[in-house]
Amino acid sequence: MAQSVVSRNIFVRIFYFYLNGFRSMTLGWTLWAIILIKLFIMFFILKLFFFPNVLNTNFKTDAERAEHVSNELALPIPNSDNK
Amino acid sequence: MNDLFSVVDWSRAQFALTAMYHWLFVPLTLGLGLIVSIMETIYYRTGDESWKRITKFWMTLFGVNFAIGVATGIILEFQFGTNWSNYSWFVGDIFGAPLAIEGIMAFFMESTFIAIMFFGWNKVSKRAHLAATWLTVIGATISALWILVANAWMQYPVGMKFNPDTVRNEMFSFWEVVSSPVAVNKFFHTVTSGWVLGGIFVMSVSAWYILKNREMNLAKRSMKVGAWVGLVGMLIVAYTGDGSAFQVAEKQPMKLAAMEGVYHGEKGQGLVAFGILNPEKKSYADNEDAFLFEIKVPKLLSILATRQVDGFVPGINDIINGGYVTKNLAGDEIVAPSVMEKMAKGKKAVEALSAYKKAQKQGDEEAMIAAGKALDENYEYFGYGYVTDPSQVIPPVPYVFYAFHVMITLGCYFLLLFIVVLWLIRKDRLYKMKWMLWVCVISLPIAYICLESGWIVAEMGRQPWVIESIMPTFAAISKIGAANVQTTFWMFAALFTVLLIAEVGIMVKQIKKGTEQK
Repeated sequence: MAQSVVSRNIFVRIFYFYLNGFRSMTLGWTLWAIILIKLFIMFFILKLFFFPNVLNTNFKTDAERAEHVSNELALPIPNSDNK
Repeated sequence: MNDLFSVVDWSRAQFALTAMYHWLFVPLTLGLGLIVSIMETIYYRTGDESWKRITKFWMTLFGVNFAIGVATGIILEFQFGTNWSNYSWFVGDIFGAPLAIEGIMAFFMESTFIAIMFFGWNKVSKRAHLAATWLTVIGATISALWILVANAWMQYPVGMKFNPDTVRNEMFSFWEVVSSPVAVNKFFHTVTSGWVLGGIFVMSVSAWYILKNREMNLAKRSMKVGAWVGLVGMLIVAYTGDGSAFQVAEKQPMKLAAMEGVYHGEKGQGLVAFGILNPEKKSYADNEDAFLFEIKVPKLLSILATRQVDGFVPGINDIINGGYVTKNLAGDEIVAPSVMEKMAKGKKAVEALSAYKKAQKQGDEEAMIAAGKALDENYEYFGYGYVTDPSQVIPPVPYVFYAFHVMITLGCYFLLLFIVVLWLIRKDRLYKMKWMLWVCVISLPIAYICLESGWIVAEMGRQPWVIESIMPTFAAISKIGAANVQTTFWMFAALFTVLLIAEVGIMVKQIKKGTEQK
């Protein structure tokens, strides 16, 4: 049941605006469940276990990263037979 | 399959899969958002409660699409850091800045105003609610702007200078990046194609209601709004598509040659209206005809690409061999260098980078200055330094050619559809013509095919370049195993398919439910 709250504090009013909005949702719960499951899969499974940032993980400083990319870009490039 | 597909192929396939799935959700957000805003504006101006009911119905479908699609694009950013780390480092802040702005914009604008849009009925004033609805769609559109600016820069890199110390391209003119003609055309072309999809979506659902003799008031009113938004969107799509093709002709002539299957250029080049490519044509160097069958509109390609009836449009062979008059990035007329000449310059640039780094380690400033100069002089063709055979700079012609012609043909079909539907509405005949209503219903999947074809043209047409002339895909890739990418490819395929099934399922349920309890 939506709750009507009268408060002078803008933050309290915003809080109750969202709270009542969420409470009165019908289809919204399903959508929020989909969003949360999706974000969990993306950030806590895919990002964490499958998508490390290669340069941030393997090198500590920007100088090391620049050095690595510079070496990678020096000829010959692996896989250059692939279009 | 690992033997057949390298890490580059798997990474490209994964990026394509993610981008194409993401692109199922985005255009509907842009198009349906605009339509909902227009409907709410009508409600605000007329005070007619049935418009409020109509607005809330379409807003629910907008919400479903938004919720399922939100954040699917973030996966592309994961891939930059893992699969394309050389590229990510190399582009530096040029790519990062628009994406960061997009993230902040998307978060603050969309997340704030979308809450008011859904929770604010009867809690904020009608005017404030209307403003929130418009700001949600404007926020989504501005988000698209930054993504498209980043994409346009990859197709036409401007406003940057390469710094050999950091091995990064550094932006010196944000304005040049944002206002590049490629970015401007791409932005309007892409966003308004979303309007077309929104229009078709609304027409399709409305037509289904009319066929079922349900929600007649909603369906008739929505049909009109959908058709008008679609028509306006389609006209802008056509105009900006022409602008995009002109930009492609100047900045990415190889892409245009692939789009039209042109191997040998000529003055007064015709546009292929319909054509079947010859599968026996295996190489640019063989003597096979490019087409088994073709119908051409005389001189039209020259007019579109050069704005001159007898303008010269180079074909694939011309671009590889060079020798024709063209313009460089600064806009000066030059004789086009051959690909072999570009490869020689590219190799000089790449070697100069290595020499620069070596001299830097040895503290040899004189050698650093000399290498830096050689790098500057040849940097325009840096990516050609990795090309070992001229055939590598040709995009996959069949994909690009057929995708382009599917897009154009369907675009013409939609233009005709919107005009006919509006004319039939005006004559009060549409609602009795069952076959025409079915045409509207089945046009929805066709619209998605059209939109995806557009992306195939844009992204496969620029192959092998991840940054035009500066970096090919095979130099942009990280040192990772193909098996890793293959695993995540199938994970994404599963995740996105589940999301798509969820979206379609919830949408269909809501449509069947109609406006009851709204």
